[in-house]
Amino acid sequence: MRRHIISILIENEAGALSRVAGLFSARAYNIESLTVAPTEDPTLSRMTIVTVGTERIIEQIIKQLNKLIDVVKLLDLSEGPHIEREMMLIKVKVATMSQRDDVKRLSDIFRGNIIDVTPSTYTIELTGSATKIDSFIEALAEHKILETVRSGVSGIARGDKILHV
Amino acid sequence: MELSGAEILVRCLKDEGVEFLFGYPGGSVLHIYDALYQQDDIKHILVRHEQAATHAADGYARATGKPGVVLVTSGPGATNAVTGIATAYMDSIPMVVITGQVPSAVIGSDAFQEVDAVGITRPCVKHNFLVKDVTKLAETIKKAFYVASTGRPGPVVIDVPKDITDPAIKIPYHYPDKIIMRSYQPTVKGHSGQIKRAVDLLLTAKKPMIYTGGGVVLGNASEELRTLVRHLGYPITTTLMGLGSYPASDEQFIGMLGMHGTYEANMAMHDCDVLIAIGARFDDRVTGKIAEFCPDSQIIHIDIDPSSISKTITVDVPIVGDVATVLQEMNHLLITGKKQPQKKALEAWWAVINGWRAQQCMSFDRNSDKIKPQAVVELVHEITNGDAYVTSDVGQHQMWAAQYYGFDKPNRWINSGGLGTMGFGLPAAMGVQLAFPDDVVICITGEGSIQMCIQELSTCLQYGLPVKIVALNNRYLGMVRQWQEFFYKERYSHSYMESLPDFVKLAESYGHVGIRIDDPKTLRAELERGFAMKDRLVFFDIVTDQTENVYPMIAQGKAHNEMHMSPHSNCELPQSPERELS
Repeated sequence: MRRHIISILIENEAGALSRVAGLFSARAYNIESLTVAPTEDPTLSRMTIVTVGTERIIEQIIKQLNKLIDVVKLLDLSEGPHIEREMMLIKVKVATMSQRDDVKRLSDIFRGNIIDVTPSTYTIELTGSATKIDSFIEALAEHKILETVRSGVSGIARGDKILHV
Repeated sequence: MELSGAEILVRCLKDEGVEFLFGYPGGSVLHIYDALYQQDDIKHILVRHEQAATHAADGYARATGKPGVVLVTSGPGATNAVTGIATAYMDSIPMVVITGQVPSAVIGSDAFQEVDAVGITRPCVKHNFLVKDVTKLAETIKKAFYVASTGRPGPVVIDVPKDITDPAIKIPYHYPDKIIMRSYQPTVKGHSGQIKRAVDLLLTAKKPMIYTGGGVVLGNASEELRTLVRHLGYPITTTLMGLGSYPASDEQFIGMLGMHGTYEANMAMHDCDVLIAIGARFDDRVTGKIAEFCPDSQIIHIDIDPSSISKTITVDVPIVGDVATVLQEMNHLLITGKKQPQKKALEAWWAVINGWRAQQCMSFDRNSDKIKPQAVVELVHEITNGDAYVTSDVGQHQMWAAQYYGFDKPNRWINSGGLGTMGFGLPAAMGVQLAFPDDVVICITGEGSIQMCIQELSTCLQYGLPVKIVALNNRYLGMVRQWQEFFYKERYSHSYMESLPDFVKLAESYGHVGIRIDDPKTLRAELERGFAMKDRLVFFDIVTDQTENVYPMIAQGKAHNEMHMSPHSNCELPQSPERELS
């Protein structure tokens, strides 16, 4: 079992997302995260799916995705060097001075930005790989996390390799 | 030329060369029906249930190779069509289904007869469309036919809201000749390097097997297959869906394989050293136990759908492409190449296979005082010179039809293999009979299955379709009963059919001919009498032996060499005892 990041260019049509989501549920494939938004060409959407499976299952996932009529192109980013980023917004309780200092320090260490402050909360924006974001959440173990919002992974291949029509 | 959406839709079908439209009217498609009324290029066939419209279109498609076309209304019209759409999807049948939809302005408001047809059909179509703009209607229809009939074929649904077909809105008509979709370009030509590797591997085989499926029928590759098989001299087996792609009467054909395949085909699969799978998808009914599938074999697989390759069985030489095109290239290499098949090894292999054959796995009791279903199918084959179109429903009768009719031509055997849809046979036969009015079309069925779409007897009368219905009536849901006998200690839970109608009177009340046969001595004469009525639908209600089972049988999850054999065969494998039903 290995984690794969699959990038898809898909026609920006109504229902395209449900075709992909439906495929994963109908064939009982795992889906860890799915992000989607239009590209610079408004007729195309770019989708990033993080999934876990054996080589055989990943091969089937890729073939089945390619078979969807709306899918234009597809790339398994995990096959080569790539960059993955995820964005998280996290709201933490900071009732005391020492809590404020500690959370600020942790946020700085992880290169987060505090984007909203109230007398009792900090809201932090953090970007990085999924593992970095997991680590930040772990680092905040002694604090009260009020809310987390994660975008899911976006990925892109390193170097000259591109996924484009 | 300016046309309304309804007129555009009908005109597109005409320009696409559609002969028959199988459908049922309703509120959301009334504009389309009005446009249909005002033309006579396309013949509309009014079925009695939307499921039958899809099966009839499906039968038409399987027999002709052209996409079947369906028109149903929104809501229940669409949901009733779903079984037929899923049936076509599982067997890769080209079909275009137009579903009416409530007007765009009320979509999502739980309007009368509204369902999310695109959502409901999504997992059982090759693709589907919701038309949002009448100016896109013609292009969408072109795309639907293109997608349905190219690559691995399949059903495509077009959901058309009522306002799109509004007769008051007219726009210029243009039907595109050709469509290019950046997201859909099916592979046709196989990889030449892989084809060469496959040919080399085939020629090293000492115990080769050729295993072909529905893809050969769908891909119109029977000629190419025949050339390959005859050139190599190898044994060939086909799946249920592939019957007829290679002549059953040919010496090299060793019968169907799989759950109810022949002893020789299954044993040869188990023992072969090189297997070539052509247009087949290693279905679980074919492979049996995956871990013991062709244990000593290297496998070549030709399929147009990359996702069929290495899905359940890992293959050594995959070739993605159109079966006919790939086989042509393969035949060319074989015929012009210097290397020949391993003659000596092949002779030894045929000796082994002929030894298995001699055990006569398909034997049954020919002296019974009850009518044996196998004997009925054999007789029907004889009476029709093996040249009829045969549709079936699902169950024991389907297997006997597959095993004993002996199809020599492709597109003649029409059954729901993948989905296993009871109720398929009669409406499918209607579609075939419309396409081939002068041919004999038979629906081999059971008393259970036929009741699932029996209302279509009425459609048959309306359009004068002289289908011959051969109902093997054993008063049981026979395949369920057989499994209960084998695997549930003869606890026959709800597999018994009580209160059957009088099928003769039923056929007569629909305006047809009914013939009941319950004596083996009159079987031939009565069948001949019925088949002689060329222009009448004849319903043969044939009272068959209740205890008969389909043999051989590989239980689910067992290997190819673990078959239950008929008590009447000479096979070495354990035979099932003959049983009397209480």
